[in-house]
Amino acid sequence: MPAVLIEDIHKRFGSLEVLKGVSLSVDTGQVVAIIGRSGSGKSTLLRCINGLETFHAGKIEVAGHVMTQDPTKLRELRKDVGIVFQSYNLFPHLTVGQNIMLSPRITKNVPQAQALALAKDVLAQVGLSEKFDSYPDNLSGGQQQRVAIARSLAMQPKVMLFDEVTSALDPELTGEVLIVMEKLAKGGMTMLLVTHEMNFARTVADTTVFMHQGLIWESGPSKELFANPQTPELANFVKAGAH
Amino acid sequence: MQTFGWPEILFILRSAGWTLALTVIAFFIGSIIGGAFALMRLSRIRWLRRFAGGYILVIQSIPVLMVLFMSYYGLSALGVELPPFLAASASLSIYVSAYLAEIWRGSIESVPRQQWEASMSLAHSPAQTYRHVILPQAVRISLPPTVGFLVQLVKNTSIVQVVGFVDLMRAGMLVNNATYQAFQIFTVVAAIYFAICFPLSRLSRHLEKVMNASRSH
Repeated sequence: MPAVLIEDIHKRFGSLEVLKGVSLSVDTGQVVAIIGRSGSGKSTLLRCINGLETFHAGKIEVAGHVMTQDPTKLRELRKDVGIVFQSYNLFPHLTVGQNIMLSPRITKNVPQAQALALAKDVLAQVGLSEKFDSYPDNLSGGQQQRVAIARSLAMQPKVMLFDEVTSALDPELTGEVLIVMEKLAKGGMTMLLVTHEMNFARTVADTTVFMHQGLIWESGPSKELFANPQTPELANFVKAGAH
Repeated sequence: MQTFGWPEILFILRSAGWTLALTVIAFFIGSIIGGAFALMRLSRIRWLRRFAGGYILVIQSIPVLMVLFMSYYGLSALGVELPPFLAASASLSIYVSAYLAEIWRGSIESVPRQQWEASMSLAHSPAQTYRHVILPQAVRISLPPTVGFLVQLVKNTSIVQVVGFVDLMRAGMLVNNATYQAFQIFTVVAAIYFAICFPLSRLSRHLEKVMNASRSH
C-alpha cells in the first residue's frame, strides 16, 4: 500500500476551483517534489494531506489513515504526518528543547526522561544540539527551520510534508536546511515537498510533479522531467526557474 | 467643630481598605467571568459567540453607575435586598468582566494564526493548543493593558458611594463635612489613591518594557 494515496481531489475557495481533480500516489521511502507557479494549488494540495485544508470531493489516505473531519481520528493521522512550514512557526515562549518535547509528551504520554532523550537525538540530527536551551528568537531563520524539522521528527512521523520551507530564508541560509532534508531523504523518510528549489527537486526527489491551474500537468522521475519537459508550460517554467 | 487629626486619618485609611477590597473582589470575579466570555466570543458555536458579544456590548454601552443602580435599587424594588457591599461588588465585577473579556479576546486573537496551525499539525487538541501554545502567549500580550485597566478600576470604585457604601472617596467627603478642611483632607485622599495606583502603573510600564526587550523570556 502506498504511504500517500490521493484520489481525484477537488477543492474550491468560494467559486474558485484551486484543485480540479488531483491524483497522486507516493510509496514508502519515496521523495516527491511538487513544483509550479504560485496559485497552481501545490500548497493547498500539501495542506490537504494533513487536514489543514478540507476538500470537496475525492479521497486521501496517509500512513494507513483515511482523511476525515473527525477530530479524534484526525489527531491520530497527524501523529504520523509531520509538516514543516515556510514561516517555521516555532512556539516563541518555549525553548528549543521544550518546543520539541511538548508534543510527544502531551499527545503520546512519552515520559519526561524519554522525551528528553528523543529531543536530544532529533536536535543532533539537525546539527543544533547546543541550542537546546535557546529561545527561537535568538536563532537565525535557518536554525529555526531546522528546529522546526526536529520538532516534527520527534513525533516519529511516517510521512513528512514540507511547505516551501526555504522560501522565507536568506539565500545563504537555505543550504543548511536543504542538507538536513537531503539527509532525511537518504535515511528513507517518505517526503512530499512543495519547493522552488529546482536543483534540490532535480537531485534529491525521486519524482517531481508539476502542477498547473489546479491539475497535475506533468510528472515523472525528476531528472527526466527536468531534462525533457513534455509540455510547453513546464518547459517555460523550468526555463524561467533557471534564474 | 472637629478638626482633621489622627482619628480622621485612620477612618480614611480604613475606608481605603474597603476600596482595595472592592477592587480585588471585582477584579477577581470579573476575571473569571471575563475569561469565560473571552473564550465564548472566540467559540466556534455561533450562539455562544453572539451571546457573549451581546453581553459585552450591553455592559460597555451603559454607565457602570446604571448597573449599580439596577442591582441595588432595581432588585430591592423586586423585593431582593442586597447589602451595599454585595451590590457594589456584583456590579463592579460585571463591569470588569465586560472590559477584560474584550482585552483578552484581542490578546488571544493577536497570537498569529500560524501558531494554531503548527499546534494542530502536531496532533494537539484544541484544548491543548489553548493551554500550551495560545494562552501563554496571549497572557504576555494582555498583561500591560490588563494592569492598566486595574488602575482605572481602583479609581472607578469611587462610584459605589451612591449606594451608601463608604469607600476611600466617600470617607474623605464625610470627614470634610465634619471638619471643612477640604484641602488637607483631599490631599490625603489623593495621596492614598496615588500610593495604590502608582506602583501598578509602574508595574504595567515595566511589563511592557520587559516584553518588548525580549519576547523570549
